[in-house]
Amino acid sequence: MTFLASTLVGNTLVASAATVALGMAGIGFSLAFIRLVRGPSLPDRVVSLDLLGTLSVGIIAAYDIMTDQPILLDAATVMALVAFLGTVAFAHYVERKGQDG
Amino acid sequence: MAEIATAILMVIGGAFMLLAGIGIFRMPDLFMRMQAATKAATLGIGCMLLAVAIHFQDVSVATRALLVTAFVFMTAPVAAHVIARAAYSVGVPLWEGTLRDELGEKQRGGEGKGKESAGGGSAYGGSSLRSDGDGQ
Repeated sequence: MTFLASTLVGNTLVASAATVALGMAGIGFSLAFIRLVRGPSLPDRVVSLDLLGTLSVGIIAAYDIMTDQPILLDAATVMALVAFLGTVAFAHYVERKGQDG
Repeated sequence: MAEIATAILMVIGGAFMLLAGIGIFRMPDLFMRMQAATKAATLGIGCMLLAVAIHFQDVSVATRALLVTAFVFMTAPVAAHVIARAAYSVGVPLWEGTLRDELGEKQRGGEGKGKESAGGGSAYGGSSLRSDGDGQ
């Protein structure tokens, strides 16, 4: 609670919406992580890793609004790039090595 | 007014991200999981970055937010297509309730309904995209 009070900037409507959005995105992140751990095949894990990267872009954006620091958008840009390149590279790996590579 | 729009867009974006997580957790099949996760997460972070652009009301921030949005909207379908093609080619099983496998039927010569001539050849060959029959 002190963390929230120290980071919020007075606007309670946007702040509570950011809290709700971060909570929902965090639950989605946890579910994707569970799928990453117990996904039966390698492509399942690649898909959930891609979702983790995409969700982290959204979480960075919500945290951006929550703390009023637009500079974090650069981190979101890099995160989107890395998620895409990682997915494409893993797809090439899967196609070459097979399912249990 | 801008605060209300920001709050609504953020809640919608968070809800879509939650849907993406539920989809990737609950769907029975790799391809269903992938379509749920890709579409919902793309729409979710589109809403979230639009909220960023509205909230800060600054041209440079809005430009970066729209740039990230455009990048994700262009690359997410490409990534999903690439990983789906790779997964299909190594024979990730389809859901047992799948009704039609048009790509598999076409590659087995077009006359099949899905059960004939599995053959059991190597799934890693370059030319045949899927070689292990109906994928059960």
